[in-house]
Amino acid sequence: MSNNNFSRRGVLKTGMVASAGLALPQYLRAQESGFTNAPGASEVILGFNVPQTGPYADEGADELRAYELAVEHLNGEGDGGMLGTFSSQALEGAGILGRRVNYVTGDTQTKSDAARASARSMIEKDGAIMITGGSSSGVAVAVQALCQEAGIIFMAGLTHSNDTTGKDKRANGFRHFFNSYMSGAALAPVLQAAYGSDRKAYHLTADYNWGYTTEEAVRTSTEAMGWETVNTVLTPLTQTDFSSYIAPVLNSGADVLVLNHYGGNMVNSLTNAVQFGLREAQANGKNFEIVVPLYSRLMARGAGSAVAGIFGSTNWHWSLQDAGSQAFVRSFGTKYGFPPSQAAHTCYVQTLLYADAVTRAGSFNPCAVDEALEDFEFDGLGNGPTLYRGEDHQCFKDVLVVKGKENPENEFDLLEIVEITPVAQVTYPADHPQFAGGALGTCNPGA
Amino acid sequence: MLGLEKKDFRLLLIVIGLTAFAPFLLNPFPEGSDLAQFNAGYPDLMQRFVIFGIFAIGFNILFGLTGYLSFGHAAFLGAGSYGAVWMFKLLSMNVLPAIAISVVIAGLFSLLIGYISLRRSGIYFSILTLAFAQMSFALAYSVLTPITGGETGLQLALSDPRIFGAAQTATGNIPVPALFGLEMRSSFEWNVGAWLFTFNAGYYLAAVFMIIAFYISIRIFRSPFGMMLRAIKSNQTRMSYTGLNARPYTLAAFVISGMYAGLAGGLMASMDPLAGAERMQWTASGEVVLMTILGGAGTLIGPVLGAGMIKYFENIFSKINETILHGWFAFLPDGLEDVVVAMIYPFIGKGWHLTLGIMFMLVVIFLPGGLVQGGQKIAALFSRKKAEETKPNATEPAE
Repeated sequence: MSNNNFSRRGVLKTGMVASAGLALPQYLRAQESGFTNAPGASEVILGFNVPQTGPYADEGADELRAYELAVEHLNGEGDGGMLGTFSSQALEGAGILGRRVNYVTGDTQTKSDAARASARSMIEKDGAIMITGGSSSGVAVAVQALCQEAGIIFMAGLTHSNDTTGKDKRANGFRHFFNSYMSGAALAPVLQAAYGSDRKAYHLTADYNWGYTTEEAVRTSTEAMGWETVNTVLTPLTQTDFSSYIAPVLNSGADVLVLNHYGGNMVNSLTNAVQFGLREAQANGKNFEIVVPLYSRLMARGAGSAVAGIFGSTNWHWSLQDAGSQAFVRSFGTKYGFPPSQAAHTCYVQTLLYADAVTRAGSFNPCAVDEALEDFEFDGLGNGPTLYRGEDHQCFKDVLVVKGKENPENEFDLLEIVEITPVAQVTYPADHPQFAGGALGTCNPGA
Repeated sequence: MLGLEKKDFRLLLIVIGLTAFAPFLLNPFPEGSDLAQFNAGYPDLMQRFVIFGIFAIGFNILFGLTGYLSFGHAAFLGAGSYGAVWMFKLLSMNVLPAIAISVVIAGLFSLLIGYISLRRSGIYFSILTLAFAQMSFALAYSVLTPITGGETGLQLALSDPRIFGAAQTATGNIPVPALFGLEMRSSFEWNVGAWLFTFNAGYYLAAVFMIIAFYISIRIFRSPFGMMLRAIKSNQTRMSYTGLNARPYTLAAFVISGMYAGLAGGLMASMDPLAGAERMQWTASGEVVLMTILGGAGTLIGPVLGAGMIKYFENIFSKINETILHGWFAFLPDGLEDVVVAMIYPFIGKGWHLTLGIMFMLVVIFLPGGLVQGGQKIAALFSRKKAEETKPNATEPAE
């Protein structure tokens, strides 16, 4: 009997709670400030969502180092890094709007789902006002959409696909990194100068979104200067041995191999290609050449001596001689003992840009930040004069064309800058066909 | 009551109680305290607890009862998510049609895969399901990009042709999934002293579905059909000799558990309208196997506990970084602090997989019946007599 009593009460009680939960009025996280996660008077929390496990864990670790450095500099610790060289002098090293900067970290695992879960916990549990990071376009696009829904600003980390600021652009998302189109536009003239305009290209493309946009960008740019595309072959992202894809290349009549691969894919495919003797081969009476559209130092390290003499593009390189880059490399090197990667650079810069936009706007409200960042022109952050275009929230700046060094002096000195392609050459209209199909929408301040 | 024995009904009530009071139970530490790090009572994680609970309950119907170890269940979860997001894109932002279609799609998909895979049993069945799931993943990741969104996942866009309901909100944003106007994201926050409890609409919707799923699972476990499934597990050959064809039963169990996975997928998409291909990857299928075994395969409550445990590790432990550790051990002298942090750090933060792996090994070695067996052992410590008396009927670990 007592059991029955208990259960009846239990049913009533739980039923009431459950129905109360369901019948709750539409109650958003309304705050007096009018936007989600308005920070308190003493501290502000930023969310650093980077891959700590999985194929891009190296990049993620470097991004996290850069974020920690940025937080130090924003709070007025350390040597200030790029705060001194940044053209906007709104930041004084006293936190953001007088609030001390604190941060939470999460692991994206380079999976859209995990990245969103981690970002949601930062927003819902830790009260992060801004999310930044990531080392893959899939993750960037997914987290950007989430931040748009939640009313949080997203400052993309390393994401190179056109879609991040093309088809999938969002009003609350901003990208400092360059993109596939810019890679193609910057590489084409250098390739023409080095290899001539009568070349036949063979593309191996990683079979996912970033691969497609990169292949399209490089193909369009090279075809415009007279190259012919012999064939394009998609390779599975999980492929580790590319010999079966490399073997047919030599007999295809092509004399250039374009590897639209990133990370471990690129390391493996390039190593395979070099092992197959493509570098020494002759085709159509010319030396056979290999091109890697997106380079990173971490990848170059993985591929070792195979990268020597191979052209590619990159967003930033630590050997740049401008004051901003040098200041950043100096403080990063002092703290960690080695130079930063391009992933670290873009993440550091994004954090500074956000803090600066909040300071200039005088508010953490995403819509105010939106307004402060849109069409913002700045300099001194390592890429020369840069524009944050308001139409698609993409940064426009010079792009570096690099080449693998023949005789690297140490494991960080693997790339040399061939040319700094001026920004005018990589600028495109916001409605360019490679970026068509998306809409920015309007900024969402959340609650 | 409700066609259940007293014992099962009590278990159901416990589950109802736990889910209803989860916002309190999962937030035991006051906001702002050092231990607030371990609070799990925020909407996203609570939703994940119950959604993966559903997934694991469904998986347990197949694995726990028939012993058929499917390594491809994530494919149904993924198919369900895609179905649900397409419903949001084409039909309306109401979650009910989306959830319904996700269950139907996952059911049809599992019927197809089950029909083929169940021609084999044991390891061959596992490999077949694994192959199908990887195939689905590869298709979703690249070949079917127009339908699945490829690597970036399928998401809503401002240009979606939504038949019922507006394509955009008045402020020019994408509308969010809702149940007749009650947004899944909306929460009610309750401040009690230093504590903050969050009651989230999406969580309670998912919780109601989980309780229904749990109830159906109890009924299946206690039904003649469930008995038949157990018979398949204990000796399928003998069953065939007695003239019974086992295939329809296993297929039914496979489809039911596939539909559970679809329900979980639909709910996931309803809480967060995005469907990514990674949901179908073999690691996701492996995760539900881990959940079930960790909690206790063949038991009723075990899979839910296992799901909760793994999701807790994934979301809470992975976020403890070095700075937080240094904060904890700041009272130690400098050198010692660094040593202690260096010793612990590999096991938390990005090393959460390592800790989970060790836990899993310990559970499998010392508690083959999973956490449920651990609970039973503890209960037996305190009341030996009662434990002996109830054990024969209790949720016994799978043999």
